[in-house]
Amino acid sequence: MHLLPWAALLAAVIVPLLLPNEYYLQILTQGYVFAISACGLNVILGLAGQLSLAHSGFFGIGAYALALLATKAGISFWIGLPAGVALCAVSGYAIGSICLRSKGHYFAIFTMAVGIIIHLVIQKWESLTRGHIGVIGIPGPGPIGPISFDSTLARSYLALFFLVITVLAISRLVRSPVGRTLMAVRESEPLAAAVGVDVMAAKRLAFTISASLAGLAGGLFAGFIGFLGPESANVEMTFNTLLYVMVGGIGSLAGPVAGTFIVYGLSQVLAVLQHYQMIIFGLALVLLILFMPAGLAGAARSLMRQRVSEVKPS
Amino acid sequence: MMLVEAHQLSKSFGGLRAVDRVDFSVASGSITGIIGPNGAGKTTFFNLISRALPASSGRILFDGRDVTALAAHQVARLGVARTFQATTLFADATAVDNVLVGYRQRTKSGVLDALLRTGRLTREEGEARAASRDALAFVGLDAFAGRRAQDLTQEQQKRLAIALALVAKPRLLLLDEPSAGINAEQTRGLISLIEEIAAAGVTVLLIEHQMQVVMQLCQRIMVLDYGRKIAQGTPDEIRTDPAVLDAYLGRH
Repeated sequence: MHLLPWAALLAAVIVPLLLPNEYYLQILTQGYVFAISACGLNVILGLAGQLSLAHSGFFGIGAYALALLATKAGISFWIGLPAGVALCAVSGYAIGSICLRSKGHYFAIFTMAVGIIIHLVIQKWESLTRGHIGVIGIPGPGPIGPISFDSTLARSYLALFFLVITVLAISRLVRSPVGRTLMAVRESEPLAAAVGVDVMAAKRLAFTISASLAGLAGGLFAGFIGFLGPESANVEMTFNTLLYVMVGGIGSLAGPVAGTFIVYGLSQVLAVLQHYQMIIFGLALVLLILFMPAGLAGAARSLMRQRVSEVKPS
Repeated sequence: MMLVEAHQLSKSFGGLRAVDRVDFSVASGSITGIIGPNGAGKTTFFNLISRALPASSGRILFDGRDVTALAAHQVARLGVARTFQATTLFADATAVDNVLVGYRQRTKSGVLDALLRTGRLTREEGEARAASRDALAFVGLDAFAGRRAQDLTQEQQKRLAIALALVAKPRLLLLDEPSAGINAEQTRGLISLIEEIAAAGVTVLLIEHQMQVVMQLCQRIMVLDYGRKIAQGTPDEIRTDPAVLDAYLGRH
């Protein structure tokens, strides 16, 4: 079981070298970036049990922070990226403090409104963001010592590096008292409060981490593509990310990453169908919720549990 | 020495006074019971003491300190632990993970400790695991530490809920109908567990429907009816109190 992450990592290191052309490499890199965002959504949704629909708003904030700092103030990718993450952390903390006063469906609706507002601000504040035209000529990551990030291959490894760090950080968090506290909040808020958990603080922490990871993904997205439009902060993006997390398995560590690659990969393959692909995704999602509510990771887990109990009946 | 004092404590839901100007106190080190017909306001009274619900009026003192305006988690950290009527546990987590959550209030490790695996995290995890093992052993569940809470029997779940409440060494334990849903023999085991908890120095306040459990365990009893306190005293006093007899037997 502990070999699995290493095998996945090895595959991730080798696969880019085998890809036939730049186009696939770019898709792969984008996949890593969206997987980081999906892991971020999983922190608030999977670990703390709160469905935040403001996620791509924070993706947009991180992306635009890097893009505008670079194009307006000449600030490098390596400064712009952490600056965007920090901005998302601060705004996530502030917005979370307000949104998290509502619960359940109300929280989802509230955060969706926040996401829409962020998108609208980006779209309409033309003097800053150039609205629909978008920001062009965003410089990519500059070299670190002898390592240059000009090639698509190097960028894909850089994205992979950030994804691995993200998954590692979340796995450490899950296995720590902080992770157990979030689990307690997700399972039962009254019981968590009764054993001394500050429920609001726990949820706010998860929201802040989630927003920061969305910002990290957004910053990478902007720096790698070199162009940024307001649709990157669209609520539709949030629902795509939600789909990645649901397909992979809400609350599992590897699920959001696997879900991103399956759904995003499939959407690239099905791109020829244009908008009709939504029919396929819609149907797939209904079937998924009916038959695999815990996603692929959940299905794998219950399969393993079944096999274990077959080997040694309890 | 009174550990808990309620002064004119009230809770209204719309026009309904679920708890109506109750004056009540719990002596430190005692086992005290709250009884009353269904809908008398017993659980609401518990929810007020543990601050799961805000009081409409009145005051609550814990160890002489006014806790009326504190949040539930703050009262918990002062040493008020509770179980819920429908055994509430973190169902999908293992028994030991449940209890570990209960110890969280005693630890300080945060996100940075978790990410960097600091010495503090390792030390606190060690403490937490030792305390959780002790708590599970105390309630007789040491053999079930790795079992998921939802896979335990009803009685084991009740014991686990008590371990979860006890692990942080509270001073007051609120038990909401500990004997509900378990058989007579299991109830006897639970009574002796509650006696052991009290003997360990934890003040116990419990709601109970089974008279024989209350009469056997409690030094003092309060009787609620329609949110009002209609009697309080020793088991013998309660047994012969005309208002209590009326409330329980009078309306048929």
